[in-house]
Amino acid sequence: MKRRIVSLLALTTMTATMFAGCGGAASNDAEPATDTAATETEATEAAAELPADTGKVLNIQCWNDEFQSRLKAHYPGYEEVDATHGKIGDVDVVWTITPSTDNAYQNNLDEALLAQESAAADDKVDLFLVEADYALKYVDTDYAMALSDLGITDADLADQYKYTQSIVTDSNGKLKGSSWQACSAGLIYNREAAKEVLGTDDPDEVQAAVADWGKYNETAAKVAEAGYTMCSAYDTFRVYSNNVSGKWVQDNKVVIDKNIDKWIDDSKELVDAKAEDTDDLWGDDWAKGKNPEGKVFCYFGPAWFFNFCLNADDPASIAGQGGWGYCVGPQSYYWGGTWICAATGTDNANLVKDIILKMTTDKGILKDIAQQDADCVNSKTVLSELAADDSGNLDLLGGQNPYKQLAEGAEKVDLSNISAYDQGCNEELQKAIKNYFQGNATKEEALDMFKKAVVEKYPELTAE
Amino acid sequence: MGLHILNSIYCNLLIFQLVPLATTIYNSFFENYRSGLTQIGPNFVGLQNYGTIISNGDLPTYFINTMIMWLMGFIPQILLSLLLGAWFTDPSLRLKCQTFFKTVIYLPNLIMASAFAMLFFTLFSDSGPINSMLMQMGVFKSAYQFMSHVWTVRTLVATMNCLMWFGNTTILLMAGMLGIDPSLFEAAQVDGATSTQIFYKITLPLLRPILIFVMITSLIGGLQMFDVPQILTNGTGDPMRSSMTLIMYLNKHLFSKNYGLAGALSVFLFVITGILSLIVFKFTNSDKVK
Repeated sequence: MKRRIVSLLALTTMTATMFAGCGGAASNDAEPATDTAATETEATEAAAELPADTGKVLNIQCWNDEFQSRLKAHYPGYEEVDATHGKIGDVDVVWTITPSTDNAYQNNLDEALLAQESAAADDKVDLFLVEADYALKYVDTDYAMALSDLGITDADLADQYKYTQSIVTDSNGKLKGSSWQACSAGLIYNREAAKEVLGTDDPDEVQAAVADWGKYNETAAKVAEAGYTMCSAYDTFRVYSNNVSGKWVQDNKVVIDKNIDKWIDDSKELVDAKAEDTDDLWGDDWAKGKNPEGKVFCYFGPAWFFNFCLNADDPASIAGQGGWGYCVGPQSYYWGGTWICAATGTDNANLVKDIILKMTTDKGILKDIAQQDADCVNSKTVLSELAADDSGNLDLLGGQNPYKQLAEGAEKVDLSNISAYDQGCNEELQKAIKNYFQGNATKEEALDMFKKAVVEKYPELTAE
Repeated sequence: MGLHILNSIYCNLLIFQLVPLATTIYNSFFENYRSGLTQIGPNFVGLQNYGTIISNGDLPTYFINTMIMWLMGFIPQILLSLLLGAWFTDPSLRLKCQTFFKTVIYLPNLIMASAFAMLFFTLFSDSGPINSMLMQMGVFKSAYQFMSHVWTVRTLVATMNCLMWFGNTTILLMAGMLGIDPSLFEAAQVDGATSTQIFYKITLPLLRPILIFVMITSLIGGLQMFDVPQILTNGTGDPMRSSMTLIMYLNKHLFSKNYGLAGALSVFLFVITGILSLIVFKFTNSDKVK
């Protein structure tokens, strides 16, 4: 039923945008042609290698209004018309927003891109957003344009963090997307609990107590003794899965990396010792640690997590009392972020190029984004500026400036081992292994269940 | 005019029943799925999809799961409905506010199954109200994980299905009971039969056609059980897929738009439903067949 509602929603949005597209095009056609011709020549002069923009409509596919609000606040010349429409100069911007729930966003984007060639000029996707977990599914096809084909050079992108680029580099080494965020993540600890268990809440000393998995597990044991829960086993999954030594799928075969295996073994031990629980992320049980009485030692997350997901507005929460601290944790990893890709066949290549350049490489804009929207931005220069002065101090972290750790973490994230199957494999592994954690299956049975689920999801793979 | 109405019914059947059925069977002979953005197939593979489904041995497991959860819901449901039906139709009881109660027992059916499942999920979560109540009453020391035990999950699914459908069944059975000639009851009373005797010797035998109808529709509904366990277990059918139903399994193949395998599975489902319905029909109708 839920699925049906989502697809209905998707259908309505799609139909709505279709009609909107028609309307916009018609009114533009009525305008004198000389105006558009003039702007086109200007654009052509600016970037000689790109064909002039002929599109009257810029179609953007995304899953929420985050990028829309960034564009509205920071892109020069963007005017909002209504919730799903805007204008940049003469071009109508049409937003197709499909929620990610139940894969609806990808289902919708798949159909749009597969129909790209035969679509009418005003209906062609110009720009679409992807998340890291499934970026390669789109990037490693011809449906996404290489940034070099747009005339964006390596020099333009030199200030970005390396890992944000390896996520959107295709199998031929071509960079096909760009992000304004660098979501390096770490361990967010409860200062009260740290004082009680470790005798200190200083970020460097807490970091020393969780510097690698061995120390982390020792600390977890102490935490459990003191009556706290370290965190959910699912909190640490991304930390392990970001630091694998090989891809999930090699030669069409699912391979369980030794770091994933380590996650299973470490977590099982901690779960059995009641140092970690098995709450699903974002559920009510998991969220209880955001308040002091939840008795949770830490969460794992990036800047957006402590800025938006710890209920800082609620004075009864730990965040509301400035009771969290931030350190890098056992291994560097990242979580989240949005990448902008140009769709092959766009008829607004110059505009798309300009949006990508301005939103993801312009240091002035990036600094504004960091300060106004509390995003951790994808610019080494801006992050080191923020780390250097007091403007990065956060109340909810008890006045700590996390940008030093965030920047340090972002440098260390290594994502050379991602594959197009990551989202499916990560999700199914976490679901299946819960049976092992909770004692309903042996490790082998749970892993067999995982393999079965992956092959159902990706029939072209083998798991044995 | 009458013929035109018939025409539209036949058109409906043709477009929405027969054509999908035929294309499902047709699709089941092809390898046809999507890997990322790449479409694989359709390539004709004969009976390979059927072979895959038989050889991986999942079908019987999920069939048994489905049947267990259906029976766990259906048996209390039919007993409850018979009891309520008998009470509501018995004029000697002089029940007050009958219409009110008939409406109330039907109400759970009006809630969307997925919303109902989400409600139960929240109620029975580790830090949910049921757990905190049980802990305060001293039944459990620490939260009982309802969602990680085979039989609690199955019981929850069965309870929800029972709650949602007993009103509907009661109304059907009541219609059947009211259709029985009252003079039979009066004659039995005059002959000195007890109300238990009347129920077993008169009501039940004469209710048989309606009971068959209720059983077959509920069986088909049970085989198609999907939304409640899907939402309650977040699509996993955990623990260890012990609450995964046939349709949830079918749904797993639609992630990759695997029409071939899903088609073959649907054909199996079609056959199973047909056979089971026939068995129920023969079994409950056995007197007349003789």
